[in-house]
Amino acid sequence: MIINHPLLGPCDAQEFIYKGDARLIDRPDGMSDGAEAAFYDYAYLRDNPAGEHRELWFHEQGDRSWLVVTRNTLTHEITSVELARDVARSRGRSA
Amino acid sequence: MRYSGFRVIKEALTGHKGWTSAWRDPDPQPHYDIVIVGGGGHGLATAYYLASQFRQHKVAVIEKGWIGGGNVGRNTTIIRSNYLLDGNEPFYEFSLKLWEGLEQDFNYNAMVSQRGILNLIHTDAQRDAYIRRGNAMILNGADAELLDVAQLKREYPFLNYDDARFPIKGGLAQRRGGTVRHDAVAWGYARGADSRGVDILQNCEVTGFRIENGQCLGVETSRGFIGAGKVGVAVAGNSSRVMAMAGMRLPIESHVLQAFVSEGLKPVIPGVITFGAGHFYCSQSDKGGLVFGGDIDGYNSYAQRGNLPVIEDVAEGGMALFPGLGRVRLLRLWGGIMDMSMDGSPIIDRTDIDGLYFNGGWCYGGFKATPASGWCFAHLLATDQPHETATAYRFDRFQRGYMIDEKGMGAQPNLH
Amino acid sequence: MRLPSGGQIDRTQKLSFRFDGQYYKGHPGDTLASALMANGVRLMGRSFKYHRPRGVLTAGSAEPNALVALRTGGRQEPNTRATTIELFDGLQAFSQNAWPSLRFDALAINDRLSNFLTAGFYYKTFMWPAAFWEKLYEPLIRRAAGLGAITTKPDPDAYDKGFVHCDILIIGAGPAGLMAALTAGRAGARVILADEDSRMGGQLNSERFAIADMTAPDWAAQILAELSTRPNVRLMSRTTVFGAFDHGIYGAVERVSDHLPRPAQGKPRQILWRIYSRRAILATGALERPIAFANNDRPGILNAGALRSYANRWAAAPADTVAVFTNNDDGHRTAADLMAQGITVAALIDTRADAPTLPGVECLAGAQVIDTTGRLGLNSVTVRLANGRTRKLKVGALGVSGGWNPNLALSCHQRGRPRWDDTIAAFVPTADLPPGMSVAGAAEGQFSTHAALSTGAARATQALADLGRIATPPDLPQTEDTPSRITPFWHVTGDKRAWLDFQNDVTVKDVKLAHQEGFRAVEHLKRYTTLGMATDQGKSSNMGGLAVMAELTGQSIAQTGTTIFRPPYTPVALGALAGRSTGQDFRPRRLTPSHTWATEQGAVFVEVGLWMRAQYFPRAGEKTWRETVDREVLATRASVGVCDVTTLGKIDVQGRDAAEFLNRIYCNGFAKLAVGRVRYGLMLREDGIAFDDGTAARLAEDHVVVTTTTANAVAVYRHMEFARQCLWPDMDVQLISTTEAWAQYAIAGPNSRKLLQKLVDPGFDISNDAFPFMACTEITVCNGCPARLFRISFSGELAYELAVPTRYGDALMRRIMAAGAEFDLTPYGTEALGVMRIEKGHAAGNELNGQTTALNLGMGRMVSTKKDSIGAVLSRREGLNTPDALRLVGFRPKNPKARIPAGAHLLAKGAQMLAANDQGYVTSACYSPCLQTHIAIGFLKDGAARMGESLRAVSPLTGEDIEVEIVSAHFIDPEGERLRA
Repeated sequence: MIINHPLLGPCDAQEFIYKGDARLIDRPDGMSDGAEAAFYDYAYLRDNPAGEHRELWFHEQGDRSWLVVTRNTLTHEITSVELARDVARSRGRSA
Repeated sequence: MRYSGFRVIKEALTGHKGWTSAWRDPDPQPHYDIVIVGGGGHGLATAYYLASQFRQHKVAVIEKGWIGGGNVGRNTTIIRSNYLLDGNEPFYEFSLKLWEGLEQDFNYNAMVSQRGILNLIHTDAQRDAYIRRGNAMILNGADAELLDVAQLKREYPFLNYDDARFPIKGGLAQRRGGTVRHDAVAWGYARGADSRGVDILQNCEVTGFRIENGQCLGVETSRGFIGAGKVGVAVAGNSSRVMAMAGMRLPIESHVLQAFVSEGLKPVIPGVITFGAGHFYCSQSDKGGLVFGGDIDGYNSYAQRGNLPVIEDVAEGGMALFPGLGRVRLLRLWGGIMDMSMDGSPIIDRTDIDGLYFNGGWCYGGFKATPASGWCFAHLLATDQPHETATAYRFDRFQRGYMIDEKGMGAQPNLH
Repeated sequence: MRLPSGGQIDRTQKLSFRFDGQYYKGHPGDTLASALMANGVRLMGRSFKYHRPRGVLTAGSAEPNALVALRTGGRQEPNTRATTIELFDGLQAFSQNAWPSLRFDALAINDRLSNFLTAGFYYKTFMWPAAFWEKLYEPLIRRAAGLGAITTKPDPDAYDKGFVHCDILIIGAGPAGLMAALTAGRAGARVILADEDSRMGGQLNSERFAIADMTAPDWAAQILAELSTRPNVRLMSRTTVFGAFDHGIYGAVERVSDHLPRPAQGKPRQILWRIYSRRAILATGALERPIAFANNDRPGILNAGALRSYANRWAAAPADTVAVFTNNDDGHRTAADLMAQGITVAALIDTRADAPTLPGVECLAGAQVIDTTGRLGLNSVTVRLANGRTRKLKVGALGVSGGWNPNLALSCHQRGRPRWDDTIAAFVPTADLPPGMSVAGAAEGQFSTHAALSTGAARATQALADLGRIATPPDLPQTEDTPSRITPFWHVTGDKRAWLDFQNDVTVKDVKLAHQEGFRAVEHLKRYTTLGMATDQGKSSNMGGLAVMAELTGQSIAQTGTTIFRPPYTPVALGALAGRSTGQDFRPRRLTPSHTWATEQGAVFVEVGLWMRAQYFPRAGEKTWRETVDREVLATRASVGVCDVTTLGKIDVQGRDAAEFLNRIYCNGFAKLAVGRVRYGLMLREDGIAFDDGTAARLAEDHVVVTTTTANAVAVYRHMEFARQCLWPDMDVQLISTTEAWAQYAIAGPNSRKLLQKLVDPGFDISNDAFPFMACTEITVCNGCPARLFRISFSGELAYELAVPTRYGDALMRRIMAAGAEFDLTPYGTEALGVMRIEKGHAAGNELNGQTTALNLGMGRMVSTKKDSIGAVLSRREGLNTPDALRLVGFRPKNPKARIPAGAHLLAKGAQMLAANDQGYVTSACYSPCLQTHIAIGFLKDGAARMGESLRAVSPLTGEDIEVEIVSAHFIDPEGERLRA
């Protein structure tokens, strides 16, 4: 597979390490009420769709960016690649 | 019809006119006591044991394509019970014992061949871990044997002992491990279940569950609604898709695992060999092909195909372990969808929906589990109680912190 | 026989070769198959199951029959297609699957027993008595199974891997591929034209018709001559594109040296190419399919097109008198070409009642071949004429054409399903192709040469347009454009066996039995009968089997469906897939900065992940490794030792929020870590299980140096980058892995400070007051070499770790050794390191095994509840905090000389050896030279409360059962006085 890195252009997927569902960005607040249930859902449950999947890849043998790749799990077609940091910010994460 | 050598001879002498269909092709009935979704190894085994052990005869197996077309028809055929953890080992040992009597039980020669499985040791820490595992196996009533290099050289002279990047320092063997003719497992269970009254409904795709007031009443299918007292889902790589129709999210990701077979060769590899310093395991089929595999590709996929990096990685492992493989040719490769769970261990449990039961999360180890999975799922469906060897395979173990994590990789399915 | 004229062989040169020990001669340009045929050899192999005599069926890579073992020794190559082996001088090949000889094969008895050995017979028998399967039946089956044999000798040849990029990959250099390459090449695109054959041109090399005013091979040569002058076109002959992978990546194998006796010096045997293409054009032509009839498998019965190829391209024929059996017009072309090459065609047998005629040969319209004779080679064929009479023709060869299948394997590699096309009675690719691929010529079902040329140009033009290039398609030359007329005909009905899959011996009867027994889905048919599972993967057989099943079920072939092709297109040597990653080069070696020095000291090295670390440093007179390790430990604890700890992961954490970032990464508190101080940190995974441990040294307000274990260095760095980029993207923190940037040495033992004082530059005070336990600082050593000093201890002694930029690592080790001479400084390796850490009860890899929690490790109270750190929440789950949770404890054997096996399980005295009685397990064990007893650490249920209890460490696997006392895991200096000294 080829991942079109937003900063570096097309790179072989072999340079990357896969993590999984991009929802892993949405880490709950560990100090909130009901944190245990929220963390169970966060750490263990997955939509695991057959179709478009937003997922995290790490450019380990590259610039060490975490990327959010939108890829179809039926065809492996990649329709978008974003810096995970930008996605995290857009989902309200900060410091 | 009972199969036997005499029958084969008789039919040969009478023009093979007497052979009948291995299973019927019935029309769906409006209602069954138990409907199994998924005509793979686990679903067919469940139906077989429901009929043969739990006296459930109003049972149907629903399969969207042809039976045995999923992972039972596309795996590397290994059976073993060399597990470490208490939640797993009794179950897999139960499964191995069922394999040992399977052919006589269902009157089909699935070629259960206990030529042994060997896990190679390359570091001291690996030896410590394998000793712990071997001891756990023995404590659970399984067999295990620690082999030193001298023994290995006698039994597996073709391995790379002299020029290895990661030298072989020993091995953990389970002599009762081995291989089984995978397609025959599906067919044997199908034939056995069918002859006991189970309806096997091929080309019948489940399109939804009928759930009212928290109770599952049956399944909507491409061949109409089929009512059921209980519905058991055993659809492996498609678990998340199917259970999503019941509104459930699962602790499962679907990943592609590639498997490989070489051209046919005269016998060279006695049993199953697993490399301990790379991703490669191998056996040789009765037809002569080397059947081998390695790691999963590592990304979510339902495509039933993988990519070159893993193919090369597996070949590298093979060459590192067995330098004589260089001129052996890869004949065919394929990909299966693995239901990778969050701790690498399966789930056989009720759901929060009454009458809906689930069997899945087998990762890439479902084949060896087929008989016990079927038996335990049948037990659960028939009695509403988990089988004694499958009590740990609960949905809520993640919530409650009772993971069964053989590899110690945590909630990262592609590492299991 | 060799025909007197023609052929693309060099008759001026002779090549000598052997088959089954017999000497023959051939010419450059020959394949082994054509050369054997020219020498009158028809029998080349035996079939898999019935051991039927077999000759060549095809003239290419789809060959199912003529498989031989090529070469000898470590180069022995089983199952090699004689049809693709380029002849070289001195070639040796051997027949397979026959004993004692190819002509007299004992297992041909199977053929007599074939009525008992029908499809799937083995599923129905061999069940009783149960033990007989493994003891008797299976060994017999295994011995009989398999085709060729491999040597267990290492392959002496090298294989390479290459990566190559192009705009347009064209697969197949027949008329369609050549025209596509010409179109794209002239338009300036980067083109790769790959073909499996040694000679490009594809089917054109086997034809007699003209293109423009040239012969077909000459036209191909002319196009190739132009292409070879274009710098933007890369011609890759002997290159099989075997797989279509995601995003335009194709796998290909170039057979660099297979046509040579052995690879030239420094050259690989084969190269695995990963071809990155923006567009691909599949121009792989078509494959002819047989017709099934009684005894259609004898040597001398070939595909008609193959017979034509042998005559035209290689000037060879299996006999001087032949017949042709066809259901389509292409069989007529074969007959005409054979006659043109001087071969007598006894009859042209055409199943079509309305078959055209062909001058010079008797055409038997509406006739069928119903049987053949000839045990080791064809003698005669029996034909049933349209009028029902039979006629026997004495012929030495029969060309059979059941029509042509587009060679569409690669179009299926991303699970595209072909579509049935009635007009050519074959499956053709659909639009569901691998993205970027288009199909041209016969591969698409366009069977005339004109159509191949025009579609080749058209697909290239479209591909160029997709890439933003405008093409001017070349003028199409005049050539044959005959329509392909066929009336489907799959098998001749009859009682005798008619073969569908030649190699696996699947006959029409087997398909009928599969149907009778309900194995009707195409995949069931395939798996039950083994149809299409031979080394040609059904290229010659699948279509026939499907057609028979369709007939039996009363469905159309389109309804019956088809299996899809999977990679590889043709079998690929594992050596090529592995490339250079073999033997010692399987994985790279990472060497520590002191590696050269340690080698000079005679160190024994051990693999630790990819690292090579010094395991111990034996001295003259030491007889066992234990003796060495004991000395190293005792010397370190008595005076001072040094150990290279560079392999520990090092992560430089900088930025305003560095400390707060670590506070969230580690389960224990880090926000208040003072500058100049080091703290031990435990990292959890988000699921609450211990992930890694190490130290964090705060060198400045905005600068912390983190260490990780050797094993987890990469994973921890990745995890921290995830936290930084994905969880807290706005924290002011930067990370970089500096594992390789700093050489780091542990200097441990009571004299370590004295030693260090000799190295540290004046002006830096490292006295106990100024630089106490868990201090850190940036200093210079050895007259200005920048360094970092950490007062941390894994051994439990007064100890430091000193780091310098890696390029000074070797020099520093030599300086340390020189400075330490007066203290009898002892270098120690990983074994002594391990002993000392077990003596101190420090957890390492065996304890941090991914299954243990902070609680298990005795560090439960470290997990702060006052902050949100990764893993804290889920570590509180019930199942991880049961009252009998495992706790890290120490073990001492009742008999100090008794070794405690790591991996032993813990049982109460008198308890049965059952899992139910399992109380825990031993993780790490060693002999403690300080305590003069074996010791161990491990996990025990509720262990913290069980000090002093006696248990057994049992290891039935190794036959050990040792009585042990439960003690604290801190065997030495539990109060930590030494390290604070």
